[in-house]
Amino acid sequence: MSVDMRVNIAGVEWKNPVTVASGTFGSGAEFAEFVDLNKLGAVTTKGVANVPWPGNPTPRIAETYGGMMNAVGLQNPGIELLCKRDIPFLRQYDTRIIVNVCGRSEEDYCEVVERLSEEEVDLLEINISCPNVKEGGIAFGQDPKEAERITRAVKRYARQPVIMKLSPNITSVPDMARAVEAGGADAVSLINTLTGMKIDIHRRTFVLANKTGGVSGPAIHPIAVRMVYEAAHAVRVPVIGMGGIASGADAIEMILAGASAVSIGTANFHDPSISGKIVGEIESYMERYGFSAVADMVGIVE
Amino acid sequence: MTDKKKKKEMVTVVTQECLADGIFSMWIQTEAAKEARPGQFISMYTNDGSRLLPRPISICEINREKGQLRVVYRVTGEGTGTEQFSRMKAGDSLSIIAPLGNGFPYEKAEGKQVFLMGGGIGVPPILELAKQMKCRKKQVIAGYRDSQTFLREEFERNAEVYVSTEDGSVGTKGNVMDAVRENSLQADMIFACGPAPMLRAIKEYARKNNIVCYISLEERMACGIGACLGCVCQSVEMDSHSNVHNKRICKDGPVFLSTEVEI
Repeated sequence: MSVDMRVNIAGVEWKNPVTVASGTFGSGAEFAEFVDLNKLGAVTTKGVANVPWPGNPTPRIAETYGGMMNAVGLQNPGIELLCKRDIPFLRQYDTRIIVNVCGRSEEDYCEVVERLSEEEVDLLEINISCPNVKEGGIAFGQDPKEAERITRAVKRYARQPVIMKLSPNITSVPDMARAVEAGGADAVSLINTLTGMKIDIHRRTFVLANKTGGVSGPAIHPIAVRMVYEAAHAVRVPVIGMGGIASGADAIEMILAGASAVSIGTANFHDPSISGKIVGEIESYMERYGFSAVADMVGIVE
Repeated sequence: MTDKKKKKEMVTVVTQECLADGIFSMWIQTEAAKEARPGQFISMYTNDGSRLLPRPISICEINREKGQLRVVYRVTGEGTGTEQFSRMKAGDSLSIIAPLGNGFPYEKAEGKQVFLMGGGIGVPPILELAKQMKCRKKQVIAGYRDSQTFLREEFERNAEVYVSTEDGSVGTKGNVMDAVRENSLQADMIFACGPAPMLRAIKEYARKNNIVCYISLEERMACGIGACLGCVCQSVEMDSHSNVHNKRICKDGPVFLSTEVEI
């Protein structure tokens, strides 16, 4: 039996439901040596701002039980270099391109989104949930009114469908998902990292220079599944599920909870070829249980 | 377009021995031995599912004929990933990605009078460098904490060797720069790997004496392949890849000209 792996996210057809989480995959060039990018439904770039950002001091990385923490702080080369170098690189492949957009103010986000309207990219993902930058980012992602306002603002400039990336560091996922949907979001993605802290007891200092960082990896997967379930039940727009997916089984769990597509993040560091393997594992699961289309599995565990 | 050519590789431990307190030496059988260069590193993964990230460990020796690489590494504490590596025995398997990073440009040393400087767990990568380097005068200066001067005999087969120890038990008391002064050593090119304070002192010495100096840096890493931007160092000039004053230690390094990075 052949299975139909295609999914439709906000009017854009992907060949399969697997993309990679922003920030874990660069802009694809480094990973292209390890995974055939043609096999992925989409590649999501690292977050890009209107101008280059230097990011946070090091150490930016810490390992945690079943996961890790990062406080990279959205280091990025700025939108112009991304358009000149990274988008043409990705265009060589038969995969969808999602550009993740970050900013410190409404104007920053809108400037990047407007610039991207001239580019051959398929979807925009707006990061209002990074816990590692002081201004912008999470400030917009923790207040539903602010999130709705930013969504409405970027939608005015966006030619491509807009995915709003949500934070788990909030009280109510349904409220937040409904707010960005009301603002005109074409899809939502979740979860970004959970804010954490790690202390070196021998040196009696914080492990990360930023003191706090975003926790990711398999340890947070159950939290992500619950939040994806809540978001999927709160909004009609598609949900892209992420958070600790490290196998086809984890991806299927997210899809059954309500995700129309999934992103592979931290697992890329454990095995740089994992994203391609997960596509195959989802296909095997569908064959085994007789699902002919991915859409037939989305949110069926209610 | 397909350009997939690298992968995480399952490799076998050939030998494992303890060289000094907390310092272990492991030979592994790996395809990566074919292309590895001195100064490159290996991402080593534990077999423990709760530890996701690879440990970046420098390559100490390369045996191309046998297809083997040697790593000499420090166990960083109880219950750590490196402690798990240290318990592995011949025949055990683990996953690695290798070789990674740029390596030392040792070809540039031809005809030069060279310092090859290693401090602490920065000593091991200097061994393969010393073996492969062809230069006019090869002076290895190795800095240790105490009398456990691991790899010293192996250096002596390949170079003039000077040792410093923090406690003064062997060679010059102090650090590698103290050994340079005490022995009135001269160089017109330097290769170094070690802790940041040592590299800072070497960088300053190279600047004052106008010596070309290559230093190998370390930082906590996640991906090890240049994508996550976890392990950056500050660059003097704007970096063309990052478009800011940051270079990736795993991909643009770990070896840099001392004049191109702020440490």
